[in-house]
Amino acid sequence: MRENRTTGPESTDAVRQRRNPGPARENRVTGRAVAAYVIAFATVAPLLWLLLAAFRPESELYSAGWPSELTLDNVVYVLTEVPFLRYLANSAFISVTVTAIALFLHSMAAYALARMAFRGRGFAFASVVATLLISLPVILVPLFIVVRGLGMVDSYAGLIVPGLFNAFGIFLLRQFYLGVPRELEEAAHLDGCGHWRIYWHVILPLSRPMLAALAVLFFLANWNSFLWPLAVAQDESLRVVQVGIASLQGQYASKQHYVIAAAMLAALPTVLVFLVGQRWLVASLKTTGLK
Amino acid sequence: MSATLTEPTATRSPARRTGRRRDDSAAAFAFLAPDGVGLLLFVAVPTALALVVGLFDVDGFGNVSWAGLDNFRLMAGDGLLWRSFGITATYAVLFVPLTFFAALGLALLVKDRFPGVGAVRAALFLPNACSLVVIGLMWQFMLTDKTGVVSRMFAAVGLDGISWLGDPGLALFTLVLISVWFLMGYQMLIFLGGLQDIPREYYDAATVDGAGAWQRFRHVTWPMLRPTSFFVLVTATINAVTGLQAFDLVFVTTSGGPANSTSTIVFYAYQQAFQFGRFGYAAAICALLVLVLGAVTAGLFALTRGGRFDA
Repeated sequence: MRENRTTGPESTDAVRQRRNPGPARENRVTGRAVAAYVIAFATVAPLLWLLLAAFRPESELYSAGWPSELTLDNVVYVLTEVPFLRYLANSAFISVTVTAIALFLHSMAAYALARMAFRGRGFAFASVVATLLISLPVILVPLFIVVRGLGMVDSYAGLIVPGLFNAFGIFLLRQFYLGVPRELEEAAHLDGCGHWRIYWHVILPLSRPMLAALAVLFFLANWNSFLWPLAVAQDESLRVVQVGIASLQGQYASKQHYVIAAAMLAALPTVLVFLVGQRWLVASLKTTGLK
Repeated sequence: MSATLTEPTATRSPARRTGRRRDDSAAAFAFLAPDGVGLLLFVAVPTALALVVGLFDVDGFGNVSWAGLDNFRLMAGDGLLWRSFGITATYAVLFVPLTFFAALGLALLVKDRFPGVGAVRAALFLPNACSLVVIGLMWQFMLTDKTGVVSRMFAAVGLDGISWLGDPGLALFTLVLISVWFLMGYQMLIFLGGLQDIPREYYDAATVDGAGAWQRFRHVTWPMLRPTSFFVLVTATINAVTGLQAFDLVFVTTSGGPANSTSTIVFYAYQQAFQFGRFGYAAAICALLVLVLGAVTAGLFALTRGGRFDA
């Protein structure tokens, strides 16, 4: 049922168009469309400017127009003279690992919360929802103390493990599983499948759209995270890309063209992941506010 | 995983509840345990600790000693701390309504299909795909006094000498605008979901009754959007008070300056802990923040007459 969401709007819109073919409506939509184009362009303009600035020669760094020449010097410098590839690799490793493990754990927990009968289910779900309200900056210090107590400061474990657990994914998947028709499961159950096989062979394949959306979301969140890596990892070999560009900013205060190139490199993967994964992401985000 | 954990404990079930009701406790425990332990250890325990660590002096090396209410007494006399609270409140009071109405306006603008609507929606969301570190660097660069591209655009229309991030009276407002630009696309999508769940028939009925665009908004859209509005209000408020804008963006653009004018409460707490090694004091600040945030959420809940997550 939830899958209809991605295709739903088109069909209802088509119906609507047929119902209201009046010219007045056409005009209004056109006016709106133009306003939307203008606002959308104004919104992305700074990002386009960033993209362009990374390829400007140093002398034209602050100009607004098209550069007289495009150069790869800034990008090459950042990739070769700064351990920026290392930062990128750290970020990629951490983001991908967290995303994969978290999706697996969250979907299992969500399946249990949505579909299993056990005492304390309501309480378990309420506890999960309650943790939605807790954001990292508020618990930064005690979280750091816990992680230090576990001996995970300055290690990949410290960067990865705390990032695995967030209620948001469990919450969204649980809502999704509530909407999956029970008949499928019951058929599998009659065929002698246990919960594990139902989960693995029925539920997981059905949750692909939601898992894809969460994968995009988790990847973005982890690639973009700054405060936790800043707090938990002092070791330079563990530096992630966001901490990397922030430190470049201080180091290269008089050579801003390198900082801009680095910022562009840090933003590029997220923009690409978003553009590729946006259809799932958009569909899932649109359900967050209501369910 | 072995097959044993999937065995439904059917033998016990007939006695319980209505006949065929299963009891999956064992399997449920196995499915829930990994995430449950993680959430407990890395979210629940730190939250509980947040309320307790403030009672100790904890230095950067892990030495702990009892401090009683010392940290809270220190807080009372810490002018910069209260200033940070004030800055955070100002930020929230500006940011929450601006984001709310920007997101709602955008959602209404792009809710119907027109050529390129998908690209427009994606474009409006795009800032949110970037990190606040990138966003902060980018804007700082564009807003650089005299040389920055935005500064020069303003100079071209005769408004030169505006120091967007360097003027203590202006820096916080600049950060609010950047934050709105950053978050509005995200909140817009949530509004879009709410808008698309409003049955078409309600609008048709209103139109038949002669309702104009404003009346349709006032009497159909607005009340039907209440749960969505509540969600957006709460998340925007949490974002403003404790979100990453309040830290990442501040860290990169102003480091709390100029003249401490953008030192939000979470930035201040971070400084106390990780720059001055006063973990206990920072935790005490966060404990207070947790209480304030709880009160704010309760207030919003009352204000929106309990718009529900679980509608």
